[in-house]
Amino acid sequence: MAETLLDIRDLKIGATVIPPGEDPQDITIVHGVSFTLEKGRVLGLIGESGAGKSTIGLSPLGYGRGGVRITGGEVILNGRDILKAGPGGLRRIRGREVAYVAQSAAAAFNPAQKLMEQVIETTLRHKLASRAEAEARAKRLFARLGLPKPETFGDRYPHQVSGGQLQRAMTAMALCPEPDLIIFDEPTTALDVTTQIDVLAAIKEAIRDTGVAALYITHDLAVVAQVSDEIMVLRQGRMVEHGTTDQIINAPREEYTRALVSVRSIEHEEKAPSGAPVLDVTGITASYAGSVKVLKDVSVSIEPGHTLAVVGESGSGKSTLARVITGLLPPEAGAITFDGRTLSPALPQRSRDDLRELQMIYQMADTAMNPRQTVRTIIGRPLEFYFGLRGKAKEARIRELLEQIEMGDGFIDRYPAELSGGQKQRVCIARALAAKPKLIICDEVTSALDPLVADGILKLLLELQAKEKVAYLFITHDIATVRAIADEIAVMYRGELVRYGPKSKVLAPPFDAYTELLLSSVPEMHLGWLEEAISRRRMASSGN
Amino acid sequence: MGLLLRLVLQRIAMGLLLLLAVSVMIFAATQILPGDVAQAILGQSATPEALANKRAELGLDQPAVTRYFAWLGGMLQGDLGTALSNGQDIATSLGKRLGNTLFLAAVAAVIAVPLAILLGLVAVRYRGRWPDKLISAVTLASISLPEFFIGYVLIFFVGVQLQWLPSVSTVYDTMGFWERLEAVALPAITLTLVVLAHMMRMTRAAILNVMQSAYIETAELKGLRAFTIIRKHAFPNAIAPIVNVVMINLAYLVVGVVVVEVIFVYPGMGQYLVDHVSKRDVPVVQACGLIFAAVYIGLNMIADVVAIISNPRLRHPK
Repeated sequence: MAETLLDIRDLKIGATVIPPGEDPQDITIVHGVSFTLEKGRVLGLIGESGAGKSTIGLSPLGYGRGGVRITGGEVILNGRDILKAGPGGLRRIRGREVAYVAQSAAAAFNPAQKLMEQVIETTLRHKLASRAEAEARAKRLFARLGLPKPETFGDRYPHQVSGGQLQRAMTAMALCPEPDLIIFDEPTTALDVTTQIDVLAAIKEAIRDTGVAALYITHDLAVVAQVSDEIMVLRQGRMVEHGTTDQIINAPREEYTRALVSVRSIEHEEKAPSGAPVLDVTGITASYAGSVKVLKDVSVSIEPGHTLAVVGESGSGKSTLARVITGLLPPEAGAITFDGRTLSPALPQRSRDDLRELQMIYQMADTAMNPRQTVRTIIGRPLEFYFGLRGKAKEARIRELLEQIEMGDGFIDRYPAELSGGQKQRVCIARALAAKPKLIICDEVTSALDPLVADGILKLLLELQAKEKVAYLFITHDIATVRAIADEIAVMYRGELVRYGPKSKVLAPPFDAYTELLLSSVPEMHLGWLEEAISRRRMASSGN
Repeated sequence: MGLLLRLVLQRIAMGLLLLLAVSVMIFAATQILPGDVAQAILGQSATPEALANKRAELGLDQPAVTRYFAWLGGMLQGDLGTALSNGQDIATSLGKRLGNTLFLAAVAAVIAVPLAILLGLVAVRYRGRWPDKLISAVTLASISLPEFFIGYVLIFFVGVQLQWLPSVSTVYDTMGFWERLEAVALPAITLTLVVLAHMMRMTRAAILNVMQSAYIETAELKGLRAFTIIRKHAFPNAIAPIVNVVMINLAYLVVGVVVVEVIFVYPGMGQYLVDHVSKRDVPVVQACGLIFAAVYIGLNMIADVVAIISNPRLRHPK
């Protein structure tokens, strides 16, 4: 029988929140979760935001973010309850017995210190090895994690290496003191999909080679299926289901788990070409401050009522394309034709109708709304501004729009802070619709949302399109979203259009090298996908 | 390295340009004042002929631009002109005064800067607890009291009642370093109390701001002690704003000491300036103004250069 490393019994976690204008309230985030983890095993914690997965993940470190604290239960690590360890005892556990790998390694490294200094810091502070020994250990880890030039990698500063490399460096930092347990908190979520696959493989190998146990926290079931031995599904601070990875993926017992596994069930038949495009962009070249070209000779067009998905990784220029079309960034060359007329390149020269017919929805619904305005004011503003609606007529139209986004009258007097993430995004959609636009630019509108909520938003967008005949320019990095809603697809890479056409053509072989890489990097929900993808990629690169 | 050097040189060039602009403003401002130097020397009863002669003698009949460049040229060569009130060379009498002021400022700075930063670090370490509150309360109280009040309170208790330190800061050329130090002790303490709060609070705020960063959480989860986290991970990233506020306060120690110098009868620049303003001695006022401006601009320039250099992204480009 394997040795138990971590035994969490009836863990309860609470927090004190202060709602605006009210007295502080104690709320419960985790309602009695129990599990055990054996040495060398990997447990995936999965759930949507608010499921309490990070909060539970941080409990073996005796740490709570903000006002979060453990209110009940036991967290037994290596045979003793760490909740009784006290501040000094916790310091001895942190880093040495349990290490933490954060979501954003870019923010989790001190920008003013060399990487080596930070990677060996825990080892030195806990007096686990001499400096020379720790550095040698770090260099071995750099090599094992596939970092370039492991001998000198540590001499660099965080800003001098890429995001994927930083995430591996953070894994090295966690492994260096040779802990018993590592908490991986969404370690690949902030990475591009083609980078994610390498980091994932590196993490998996490192876990296997060192025999360290791990809690792997993520909202992406396909990712966690690749690295963990067991999976625990959480929802609203309660355990839904706990089983082997195989069982959870292939034979989920609970309804909620089934929904998670089968997410992205939206099927969307590509529409036939229907004539004159509503937006025609030709030969756009653009740069910021005249230095580096972010867009090179990009031409795309969208037909009325169609969805063009622009796919690419960070830095591909997809958001810049949106800025050019909206007039926020006048291009250096190229023309924009909208509904048969040429649009002025700069925003101030555009007519009110130009502005009205071209609306935007953003990734962060939070920051796209004035927090001090109610839903009524937010949706009512374009009605006044573009159509001069007042009083009853405006009120009626607001209610109609709320109806369209499947939110009732009850939300009309709420402030954004009183809405959930999905509801906020719906209000943003209503605000865009209020202008009766011909084209809506959707910039990563579902990226910040949980999969099930995102699905709801996508369904809503498709329904609205069918009803209102509005066209979408849908910017995303997520291939699954593209499959779900696109009619046409434009694949962008480093400012260039590498592939463009109807969905059925773009997503069918033969592929160009980049699209192939992109498509093959999207995690799939079956066991062993990672190994297959990596070996396919190795074969492809050795074949070249 | 190229980028860093370029930014630093740019900043230094900006500082020099600013100083030049200030020299124009000082010169122009003294020209706008009613009456001129000839009038001031000869008095109200002077005949127009006498005034004209005096003006020719002083070169005041030349156009303003010519006089400006003559004045600036002299300044650059260390010739600050001649005082009207006593006919002495300004550079000679100012040199000693400036030395005294800088000495007092240096003593105050050596006490105040490390103390402020240390108190700031301690306040962050125990934020929200009694050491933080005590430090905040005491420093706030000291900044709220006018400096003349602090000065007189110190004179009364330390100087007169306890007789520990001299209450009048007379210094002369033959004094040794330690004697001089004893003489300026009370004004230096007064100045320290005045500038301490500002620096300490900014240090605290700057570090607290950095303490929100994700890498502080990383450090905490490494099992580091709170003070180690502040010293190794927070402070190095808060240097730029801290240096900025330190430099502003150092500048104040040089240019803002008039009141303290008067209280302690300390023969520094401030007193010299006040004396000659009341005598309408324009060349002296001009010279003092330019020196004060140079100190202010110079220290702020240093702050900006330190901020540029302390940025690892600029120091170690990709």
